[in-house]
Amino acid sequence: MPDVSLERIEKGFQIMPNWEDRYRFLVQLGRKLEPLDDEQKVEVNRVKGCTSNVWLVPTLSDDDPPRMDFRADSDAHIVKGLVALLLIIHGRRTPEEILELDARAILERLDLQAHLSPSRSNGLFAMVERIRELAGAAAGRKAN
Amino acid sequence: MEPVSSAPDAPARDASSLDVERLRADFPILSEEVNGEPLVYLDNAATSQKPRQVLEAISGYYASDNANVHRGIHELSRRATDAFEGARQRVARFLGTEDPGEVIWTRGTTEAINLVASSWGGANVGEGDEIVLSDMEHHSNLVPWQLLAARTGARLRFVELADDGTLALEGLAELLSERTKLVALTQVSNSLGTINPIREIADQVHDAGALLLVDGAQGAAHAPVDVASLGADFYAFSGHKMCGPTGIGALWARRELLEAMPPYQGGGEMISLVERHASTWADLPHKFEAGTPNIAGAVGMAAALDYLEGVGHHQILRHEQALVAHAMERLSQVEGLRMFGPADPTRRAGVVSFVMEEAHAHDIATILDSKGIAVRAGHHCTQLVMKRYGVPATARASFYLYNTHEEVDRFADALGRVQSIFG
Repeated sequence: MPDVSLERIEKGFQIMPNWEDRYRFLVQLGRKLEPLDDEQKVEVNRVKGCTSNVWLVPTLSDDDPPRMDFRADSDAHIVKGLVALLLIIHGRRTPEEILELDARAILERLDLQAHLSPSRSNGLFAMVERIRELAGAAAGRKAN
Repeated sequence: MEPVSSAPDAPARDASSLDVERLRADFPILSEEVNGEPLVYLDNAATSQKPRQVLEAISGYYASDNANVHRGIHELSRRATDAFEGARQRVARFLGTEDPGEVIWTRGTTEAINLVASSWGGANVGEGDEIVLSDMEHHSNLVPWQLLAARTGARLRFVELADDGTLALEGLAELLSERTKLVALTQVSNSLGTINPIREIADQVHDAGALLLVDGAQGAAHAPVDVASLGADFYAFSGHKMCGPTGIGALWARRELLEAMPPYQGGGEMISLVERHASTWADLPHKFEAGTPNIAGAVGMAAALDYLEGVGHHQILRHEQALVAHAMERLSQVEGLRMFGPADPTRRAGVVSFVMEEAHAHDIATILDSKGIAVRAGHHCTQLVMKRYGVPATARASFYLYNTHEEVDRFADALGRVQSIFG
């Protein structure tokens, strides 16, 4: 995930009321994501429900307790920026912490809640659901 | 109409004789603001906006005449039936036919094509038979034929696309043979805007002994239709792309074809005599209209046809082509932008489809949306077109009678901003 704090993004958005600047900021954030290799851009990693392609690859660290992290890519820049933001929100946490997170509240602070509607084709909603699903699966595996 | 005097340096917009400002006042939604900016609606190929006259026809029908149609022995049922059948006659007149029995109400183009594929196709297409489509077809004029082919063992063949976004019609002759049962083509490409020469194609198709289905979803909105002179055997179109409501459209076919076809769906309205194990069918057009129809939709569609006729179909197409020409000129100056489809604006209905080097189509649409400009990004239900030109998606601006040259300028200016964000 990009080495940018959520706090910095929130401050950035506060001083940029104009959406053009915010999108520019998100595009730059997306560019900080390390691109996925072609072999990772496969159907099993693709997030369904996005008009553009989004791939999300989870990893689990050797820490105790293990922490989840994600790599992601998209062929659309703004979507890639949005997914980078989600990785900053959710990354390097235990699956249980991820499941307890209220991503909606954070996105509302960033005035991005309108983008979270399931009817929006950018797939932000689908991406949050997918991250939670992966965290749920990781938490379940550990419990067994 | 008074001739328009023009200064020597007058822009091309004077070629259009529409009083667009007056027309815009008929469309309440056009005064909406989106993201703090006046709405610029350039997604007309997906669906058009509706004038007050159509909205009033629909609410007036529900307010004064609503009842179920046919057979009701009461005043409102008579009024509803008159409105509904009157709307059918209106569609028949629009299509240049005197026989309203040849007009079947459907939910839209998609259902009309499915009706033909299921009913006519089921009765007339068998193993080894061929149906000719093109790589330009909307999925609505592709998938129903794939389903038919899977059921019957028929084979689909395809007219290819030339580099300029037109059909490579020199290949049509060798696709046609005694095995060809049907050629199903779009009148206007929804993703490229290309207007196809249906009349010339029709002669070739009929000479080969096949029938021609024309997908008029995009065509009917932009030009007057005369099914006989067009040479179509089946013509399918939708109300919502031509200022009418969603959920209503029509299939036209010659009476003898429709009479020979079995029913599509069973239920009320479409029967004559019903017994335990068998029924007989109602006469045309009701044989194909099972269940309570979309009466208010039909009334709204008739109002839309009245509205468009009042404006003038030829003037609408000329206006759209003037907007397309202006947009193509402006877009050709945006660095890294690539347009698809015919270079000659007069070979297009009001569509400009494009990609930009750095920005994904989705990015383009997102930035434009933040400036109140509605365009579509995606494959436009034409994945064969995207594959042909090697792009995953395009951004598409599509114009209609109420769009202005100033809106085209706002759209083009916004694309310049897109370039600055992603370039």
